[in-house]
Amino acid sequence: MKKANINLIVNGKEYKITVEPDERLLDTLRDRLHLTGVKEGCSIGECGACTVILDGKAVNSCMVYSFQIDGSEVLTVEGLETNGKLDPLQEAFIDHQAVQCGFCTPGMLMSAKALLKENPYPERTEIKTAIEGNLCRCTGYQQIVEAIESVVKNKD
Amino acid sequence: MRFSHVNKSEKRVDIYEKVTGRAKYGADIRFPNMLYAKSLHTKYPYAEIKNIDTREAEQVSGVARIITAKDIPNNGFGQQKQIQILAEKNAYYFGDAIAMVAAENPKQANKALEKIKVEYEEKEGIYDPLIAKEKDSHLIYEDLENNEMSHHTLKKGDINKGFENSDVIIEREYTTPFIEQAYLEPEVVIAVPFYDNSTVTLFGSFQNPSETQHAVAEVLKEDLNKIRIVQNHIGGSFGGKEQIMYTLAARVAVLALDTERTVRLVNNRETSIIESHKRHPYSMKYKIGATKEGKINAIKYKAITESGPYGCHTSSVTLRSIIQGTGPYEIENVKGDTYGYYTNNIYTGAMRGYGSPQVIFAQESLMDELAEELEMDPFELRKKNIFHNNSVTASGQKLDNHEVSLEEVLTKAVEKSNFIEKYEEYSAVQEGDKKKGIGLSISFRGCSLGPGDIDTAGVILSLKKDGSVNLYSGLAENGQGLKTIYSQITAEKLGIDTNKVNFMPVDTLISPDSGPTVASRGTLLGGNAINNAADNLIEKIKVYVSDKYDQDKENIYIKDGSIYGKKDIEILPVNEMANKAINDGINLSTYGWYEIPEISWDEKTGQGRPFFTYVYGCQVAEVEVDTATGEIDVLNMTAAHDVGRAINPANVKGQIYGGVSMGLGYGIMEELETNKGYIENTNFDEYMIPTVKDMPDIEPIIVENPDPNGPFGAKSIGEPTLELGAAAIANAVANATKKRIRSLPLNLEKIILGKDLHKGVDHK
Repeated sequence: MKKANINLIVNGKEYKITVEPDERLLDTLRDRLHLTGVKEGCSIGECGACTVILDGKAVNSCMVYSFQIDGSEVLTVEGLETNGKLDPLQEAFIDHQAVQCGFCTPGMLMSAKALLKENPYPERTEIKTAIEGNLCRCTGYQQIVEAIESVVKNKD
Repeated sequence: MRFSHVNKSEKRVDIYEKVTGRAKYGADIRFPNMLYAKSLHTKYPYAEIKNIDTREAEQVSGVARIITAKDIPNNGFGQQKQIQILAEKNAYYFGDAIAMVAAENPKQANKALEKIKVEYEEKEGIYDPLIAKEKDSHLIYEDLENNEMSHHTLKKGDINKGFENSDVIIEREYTTPFIEQAYLEPEVVIAVPFYDNSTVTLFGSFQNPSETQHAVAEVLKEDLNKIRIVQNHIGGSFGGKEQIMYTLAARVAVLALDTERTVRLVNNRETSIIESHKRHPYSMKYKIGATKEGKINAIKYKAITESGPYGCHTSSVTLRSIIQGTGPYEIENVKGDTYGYYTNNIYTGAMRGYGSPQVIFAQESLMDELAEELEMDPFELRKKNIFHNNSVTASGQKLDNHEVSLEEVLTKAVEKSNFIEKYEEYSAVQEGDKKKGIGLSISFRGCSLGPGDIDTAGVILSLKKDGSVNLYSGLAENGQGLKTIYSQITAEKLGIDTNKVNFMPVDTLISPDSGPTVASRGTLLGGNAINNAADNLIEKIKVYVSDKYDQDKENIYIKDGSIYGKKDIEILPVNEMANKAINDGINLSTYGWYEIPEISWDEKTGQGRPFFTYVYGCQVAEVEVDTATGEIDVLNMTAAHDVGRAINPANVKGQIYGGVSMGLGYGIMEELETNKGYIENTNFDEYMIPTVKDMPDIEPIIVENPDPNGPFGAKSIGEPTLELGAAAIANAVANATKKRIRSLPLNLEKIILGKDLHKGVDHK
């Protein structure tokens, strides 16, 4: 297999990139674009630390080959801020102390962001389903769920 | 007492970086011209290494260097059987590495690993401590008399008399499995050679920078002050990023010095799980005797565990087990023994809890079994026997210097969870497959390191011209919130804003060696050292201000960022004072030191004063068990913990939620499966940890009885939260099903069949 030239929009910015045939989206983001907020925890799509939003859906970026997503749009944790203002989810994670070691946090935020884009008023169980694929060993998830719920409530 | 900063849920000082993705963890740091390292691991758990041929591997394009044991100046560190940096004569466990490659890119490094030819002679290993302990068992180390790695004993009263005077005696056996810490960030080390006059500077996911420095210096045979360790943001540790990090750091350092290039190692998950030390699996025998009124007369217990081939923590882990092995009950006659044996399984080390989760599972299950035998409510049985102020522990320590709040935590958790009513309801016969149950467990836990270790901490505070304070600590942030807690304590003491405190990265060139960040000692030790440093700094400020502004020293105090004098009149803001003082040539940097109050321990009898204070906790679990499928649904958990003082209540809650989650994993799903030394589950598709869907609602109850020896009365919270959950769930499952499972985890097979079907070795 050969290298591939792809176009990507990452966090609103257009890139033309030449990628290796076995290059994962995770590698492209971390190694080429230096978006190191995307974390690698297991490399098999189980832990969710590498979650990004790909064309509106939360995906494990370790499970996507970059050459397959020519023309796609990607949002990472680095793209959550708009005009220097934190996303309400980021604010809520701060207010609810939903972070300890922080390694799962970017992935958690992206799963929650994808959920709220599709379903602005999720129930608690829907929130849990959305972040079920994001493992966290520190927090027991409670403050994370509370943080996401607070964003939903504050929409009214 | 009214506080400005402590006892408040101030936001974490590191949280902005973490929610924006800006926080740089080890793998996020890049240096120019780096080499990439990969380890080659043994093919067999126990084998003699006859020959290593790296010639072909060295020809692989991009390979800069391949090292084996002969390239390591001193191939080991540690107190007992030394941990090999690279396996030399023998590979002793499945995670022993034989060689390490540094190449221009990771693919080339992997290719080179495939080309290294190793000749092995597989040896018959020992994969069960119960076999290792037998007299006719062969020896893992031929220079030792037997495979025993550690033995602790405890004797109090007259055990035989205790049983003779008992109306009811029961004997039970319990087992617990190997557990993986499962920090989300796999290990990372980056070694930079000859930077700023250090021989090697190491960045990475170090739980304990100072201990890493000691180990690397020992391995390189280099002066301590030439080895510099800098901690980055670390993606969890829980006791895990200790010895394995020292080993990896040493390996990578050798490569960096040999090549004079920066070398980067990032473990993948499989390598992380195969190499790194685990929580000790235990086999336990308990015998308990009580009067028919429910007064416990005697407990005899024996716990057997294994160290794997390297005994890095086993002696201390089993020491905590012997001290806490009979739980928070006042018992006159006690006899205990805990043993650790060398095996060829993966080596065991520190993990949150450190010898307590195992014995608590046993002793709190045992309490419920005794209650059943006595036809007594388990809450009542505990109440009759628990510690109060001035009670004497199994190790003969009178609990006379702090509030012994067991009854308080027990009562609060029982009331909040409606335990008594529910226990009665669920104890009746329940129709249908789905049955509910409720269970509780309680514990006492010695704070900080305990016998045998130096237990001190230092802190440097340096006031800057702008009124901000640099805080240098040797104890490290591992995700638990240490930076925030330290900043709050500093702010409270100095009367400044928390955001004026700048927690400096832990760097062994600068930070005072304060021992490891372990044993739930961070707040207690570091907080006291900050108190001392801040007192010294305040004194300097008072001397300067009284002199400069003609004030009586006694009237001067700092509040809300300003300095006040006689009649509470503001003299000037702290930043202006600092600016003037520094321009006047005044030193505004101070040192603080804390050494724990005296403790004592007699290893022969297991008697003494092993800890200078204790914390107390109670957790209640309510479950629903589907007896048709064996599925356990934990419905809710209540956790009451006396923390002395909550420096940051939101942070304490975070510790409780996280600890309960780990306890739940320990209770119903987690088990690192080994089969003749091979590890069966090496990633998160097979090693299960709780997801958000597994977690019930958790009711945290923070109990505060300020401790005279704690900073603002604070003690410990990290480990107490984890040690109780599995026992509470086990008791709840027994309450629901009327069947007792004495082996963790309480998985589907055990619920339905009463035994385990997994392919791994059973530690029975």
